[in-house]
Amino acid sequence: MNIQRINRVRNFHQAKWDEEVIFQLHSPGERGIIVSEADKEIQQEVGDGISSLPAGLMRSEEPALPEVGQMRVLKHFLRLSQHTLGADLNIDIGQGTCTVKYNPKVNELFVRNTKASKLHPYQDQETIQGALQIMHSMDLYFREISGLDRFTFQPSSGSHAILIMASIMQKYHTLRGESHRDELITTIFSHPSDAAAAAVKGYKVITIFPDKNGFPDIEALKKAVSPRTAGLFITNPEDIGIFNPFIDEFTRIIHEAGGLCGYDQANANGILGVTRAKEAGFDMCFFNLHKTFASPHGCGGPAGGALGVTKALESYLPVPLVDLKEGKYLLDWEIENTIGKTRSFFGPFPVILRSYAWIRSLGGEGLREVSKIAVLNNNYILKNLTSIEGVESPFPGGKHRIEQVRYTWEKFHHRTGVDIHNIIFRMCDFGFHLWTSHHPYIVHEPCTIEPTESYSKAELDEYLDTLRYIAEEARNDPEMVRNAPHRSVVHKIDESWFDDPQKWSITWRSFLKKHGKEFEKKR
Amino acid sequence: MTQKPNFVHPYIPNSAPANKEKIMEELGIKDISELYEDIPERLRFKGEMNIPPAIASEQELRKHMTAILNKNISCEENLSFLGAGCAQHYVPAICDEITGRAEYLTAYAGEPYEDHGRFQTLFEYESLMAELLDVDVVNVPTFDWGQAACSSIRMAGRISSRNEMLVSGSTSPDRLSVIKNYCEPVMTIVIVDFSSETGMLNISDLLKKTGSNTAGIYFENPSYLGFLEEQGSEIAGIIHNAGGIVVVGVDPVSLGVIAPPSHYGADITCGDIQGLGNHMYLGGSLGGFIGTRDEEKYVMEYAWRLFGIGKTAVQGEWGFGDVAYDRTSFGSREKGKEFVGTAAALYGISAAVFLSLMGPKGMKELGQLIIQNALYAQKRMTSLSGVTLRFRSSHFKEFVVDFSSSGKSVAEKNRELLSKGIFGGKDLSAEFPSLKNCALYCVTEMNSKEDIDSLVSALKEILK
Repeated sequence: MNIQRINRVRNFHQAKWDEEVIFQLHSPGERGIIVSEADKEIQQEVGDGISSLPAGLMRSEEPALPEVGQMRVLKHFLRLSQHTLGADLNIDIGQGTCTVKYNPKVNELFVRNTKASKLHPYQDQETIQGALQIMHSMDLYFREISGLDRFTFQPSSGSHAILIMASIMQKYHTLRGESHRDELITTIFSHPSDAAAAAVKGYKVITIFPDKNGFPDIEALKKAVSPRTAGLFITNPEDIGIFNPFIDEFTRIIHEAGGLCGYDQANANGILGVTRAKEAGFDMCFFNLHKTFASPHGCGGPAGGALGVTKALESYLPVPLVDLKEGKYLLDWEIENTIGKTRSFFGPFPVILRSYAWIRSLGGEGLREVSKIAVLNNNYILKNLTSIEGVESPFPGGKHRIEQVRYTWEKFHHRTGVDIHNIIFRMCDFGFHLWTSHHPYIVHEPCTIEPTESYSKAELDEYLDTLRYIAEEARNDPEMVRNAPHRSVVHKIDESWFDDPQKWSITWRSFLKKHGKEFEKKR
Repeated sequence: MTQKPNFVHPYIPNSAPANKEKIMEELGIKDISELYEDIPERLRFKGEMNIPPAIASEQELRKHMTAILNKNISCEENLSFLGAGCAQHYVPAICDEITGRAEYLTAYAGEPYEDHGRFQTLFEYESLMAELLDVDVVNVPTFDWGQAACSSIRMAGRISSRNEMLVSGSTSPDRLSVIKNYCEPVMTIVIVDFSSETGMLNISDLLKKTGSNTAGIYFENPSYLGFLEEQGSEIAGIIHNAGGIVVVGVDPVSLGVIAPPSHYGADITCGDIQGLGNHMYLGGSLGGFIGTRDEEKYVMEYAWRLFGIGKTAVQGEWGFGDVAYDRTSFGSREKGKEFVGTAAALYGISAAVFLSLMGPKGMKELGQLIIQNALYAQKRMTSLSGVTLRFRSSHFKEFVVDFSSSGKSVAEKNRELLSKGIFGGKDLSAEFPSLKNCALYCVTEMNSKEDIDSLVSALKEILK
């Protein structure tokens, strides 16, 4: 048999098990697992236990969970996993801003080690020296990566790190008697959370739009600052892949106005060892461990953030900090101006552990190589993709892009009538993912591609070939593209189910209440 | 280890010189640094990052990592009676099997087409949790119980258009700090006293503090201090009469035997899924849930993602998608509800597998076993002279032990227990000045009779 592919695109079909919802597998009396029984002597001593509960707090009816045998439960979730296209199976460069890279398998062995998984946060510190060493070393490495002076790994995600930056900023101004500072400045191509998480703390958000070159408009910034300016949260490179060369001018303007500057380094994969928060004049910054630092995305978490500050803000960090004193690692709860706790315990340890292993595998030079190759790959995609007629990289600013590009298919759409969502859904037919952009779509018909360092030239070529193939198809057989997906698990979903309160069903029981009759009739 | 001229790393395929050169040639560049020309010289980092050299050999990396992890002593090696928001529970083999799957582990933000399974699994998670909590809506997991409580309180504020939230004084201080940080200054947190005898909420203080600006109340049941709050309906009545919203934090592990908060008047139920099929990870594997009725005014105030079920273009086929996406900050930036981002989905998948395996019988048996073990531990421990239970009330898996009359501090006792291979209960002296010389003990299905007996004989020796 000839295993050479005849077509330049993959003849893919996703698994399609037509799998039930778990509740439909309910078969009374089946058991998925048996729980131990209390020791006989314990039973004799204390009885059935349940009778000790106050009458009003006993659960009178069992929860209506399904009863399913063990193998069927396993099969159910295995089938659903096959309905999911993880990065391990994909050439997952189509989810820009998210740095979907290789998550080394060896790191999963460290996470599964019971000396990581079976630790309780309130164990005596003597017994978690290894865990504390990892967190402390990470602090030191991130000081090198950013140039800032102290790091915490308590943020549960990048967005959470933004919230913590907002808390620190608020406390800083309050302690200086400047709690009137209630305005936060950000840019439209910074992550939505730079605006949203600041608003949680009561900040009024001022959003700067790009100038004609695609750089955040510095004149608009000058007009936006005032005695009410609390600070600036800004992503750089921004979500369109352009590095803001005036970033130090931005921080200078904010500092002169009395504000603090927080650097969103969610897009740092192309700049490790190249340019840092310190040289750009920032007071705070954060990185995403589940993006740049290779902890897997887990279908949407666990995530993790590395949050750093300058010496001047160290005393505001959340407690506890990890310290090394006289050869012993310890948790320091005595932080003078601390904003307090921001997450239970000490942070997402498995995420921190994986990122530590990843950094150690690469070393300082390896981190630089990661960035160089990520940028090389990105500019390779840029050159090739914009050779498709009607696909452009908007904004003339900057000769190159850093680690990602936000493309516009607007002209393509005008010419073919095929829109970016059609393209995206057609990509599913070839086993690929492609994403538009955050809202609002300032760039029309957008898609954002971030190739990272993880994919070979051959893989990048395959992804490009597929996009070229679909672009051709859109001209010759647009209905094929418009009606996609054809070879995915399911076909086009009726979106009206998700925005109508009468119709939406967020749980199975809710679905049965609202649509049960119709559903049963059809079966 | 010095850097070789060509740094080729298995994680970076295009670090291979041939690949690299081909791409550079196509881009017409001689050096990758040309691609950085948009970054001005003054912003360039000129030094070297002081990070140890690469351990590029996987075998060496394993040696390095194992040596560090070996400095830890786990709850498998020692006996542990620690809880306080993170506890050892049995994790069925299939939970690890499923969450270790490459598809789940490495998927992220795909469309409901290529990630149909991710959407369905998390829809099932919501649905299974809804049965356990007896509510109609549950979110895709957020960070942890603390974040779930914060977000629930902010929801209560928005739904009631009021900004004063009452919070029980027996709330976990750790969580209370998270709540204050998140809710202030937009909302005011007012602490309601609890009874020093039973731990339960002080109703007269509640009445005194409830008013026309009360957005609602937040209390926990079982509480952080282990006792069960028996006045749930009464508290809910008072708050509802004042036009407020009742938010209750709950340990979902208890809900096979204990009534869910929705049965005694909770409008919003929140808590953590760590105990449902997730290992402890130093308290690093948490996931927060929020559950409510299916009313538009509640659903539209959720900050976190909600996955729903819907029809597709093909008869008989079901798909999934984001419900009311525009309410989120992904949809509307700072005009959205709070913020949303990557959180703890994989732990939700584990919880879905866990609840599917356990079924109603498993959850009931688990709840019963935990209560029996905990009762046995309470009985045996209090048989020692100088050891009493602090609160006269019922408990689930945790209880406060008072060592006041023993003469030694909890810290001293825990050090001695440690030398015998036991992690004693959490010292409460610093968190609650009124609970000096008290410790919070946690007993689960993981603590056998032998374990409890070992603890008791160790304590007996220490108290001598």
